[in-house]
Amino acid sequence: MTNASKESFRFVVNGEPREVTNYPLSRLLDVLREDLELTGTKEGCGEGECGACSVLIDGRLVNSCLVPLAQVEGATVQTIEGVADGERLHRVQRAFVEHNGAQCGICTPGMVMAALELLAEHPTPTIEQIREGLAGNLCRCTGYIKIFEAVVAACQQTEGPR
Amino acid sequence: MTGYSPDYHVETPANLAEALEKLAAEPGKWRPLAGGTDLMVLFDAGMLRDRHLLNIARLRELRGIEASAHEVRIGALATYTEIKRDELLAHELPMLGRAARESGAIAIQNRGTIGGNIVNASPAADTPPALLAYGAQVELVSLRGSRTVDYAEFHSGYKTMDLAPDELLLRVRIPRDPRLDGALHDYRKVGTRRAQAISKVALAAVGRVDSGRVTLCRLGMASVAPVPARMRNVEGEIVDNALSDEVIDRAVAAVDADISPIDDVRSTRGYRLQVSKNLVRSFLLRLREHGDDRR
Repeated sequence: MTNASKESFRFVVNGEPREVTNYPLSRLLDVLREDLELTGTKEGCGEGECGACSVLIDGRLVNSCLVPLAQVEGATVQTIEGVADGERLHRVQRAFVEHNGAQCGICTPGMVMAALELLAEHPTPTIEQIREGLAGNLCRCTGYIKIFEAVVAACQQTEGPR
Repeated sequence: MTGYSPDYHVETPANLAEALEKLAAEPGKWRPLAGGTDLMVLFDAGMLRDRHLLNIARLRELRGIEASAHEVRIGALATYTEIKRDELLAHELPMLGRAARESGAIAIQNRGTIGGNIVNASPAADTPPALLAYGAQVELVSLRGSRTVDYAEFHSGYKTMDLAPDELLLRVRIPRDPRLDGALHDYRKVGTRRAQAISKVALAAVGRVDSGRVTLCRLGMASVAPVPARMRNVEGEIVDNALSDEVIDRAVAAVDADISPIDDVRSTRGYRLQVSKNLVRSFLLRLREHGDDRR
């Protein structure tokens, strides 16, 4: 049994072209956290159940623990680090802060990414759409209600371009 | 235990021909990898035994959902998200979108593919019952050519199927049966919770009554047998008959002959048998009420 070789893969992360040399089945989650030092993306279950590692690939929500590096070649990845505009929080992040949508914070980056996909799909979601959109993101602290309230509040914020 | 990525070779063929050549040159060596929502879970758990993966995720030839006058063709790489958003499917084959919506959360639906759902061959998978109810076929392709198999005959036993080592699942083909228009389409998934649960039992059923008699009746079930189960004995009691209480009772009794549920981590044999009968009865009562009264 011979080992695989490391290969170079190119893709865009948070607007910047990056090149990573690693094994092709390396998990995107590990590439982000270790190779690119973007530790905002968290590992929870490592089996696609909890959503803590959620990122957007080409604008679509994915579990980065289930995406091999070979499948992000040429793609555009957005992580939680690419959501705020410098120091200025995205309206979803601001709403999570203002409505206590985060407690321990481990689920929060994934929850924000899922909320971004939800709001791109349904700019003013119903509570059922919020529940469905966030159903793949587990939170053991909040009981979810504060998170749902934060998403509702984020939709109601109209100031600013975002 | 997590997967050790240096142990795994990944090749990314540029097109279908290249992929088929690879599979033909070294039969059984390369395991196709599409959305990764099953294989990467095994990898993460340190349980992925296939060390050579053929990354087919971007093969253009396996993508897309299209329709001719007679059939709908769903590329093996069509994701659950694409399936649940497709307007033609929502209109003509609505249980497919329902099943896709039941398959994991949004992040899974964005990556997981219908082809993967089929060849992963879990008896609990959500889309196969709908494929059975709609009389789907699967088209398999290799360097030797392509062949089309009734999906109801595709799975031969637990995790075994009519797929040679050099073949890829190219697409699912579903006839555009005009009788489906105005038929009753009934998809029911029973799990521990409403969301994010693997099914204890699931039923997809389509039926139609014309002039008081059943002219179309097909049912598929999940989690009740080693393979997704087509309910031929139940169908045999129903088709061409009027839905009297006696006929419905006989059809419900025939459930015993169509399924062989087991005790496992999610449920028990006894529960699954009872709930299967309840779902079949509920479908038939709804079908009787639906009757000739369409639109």
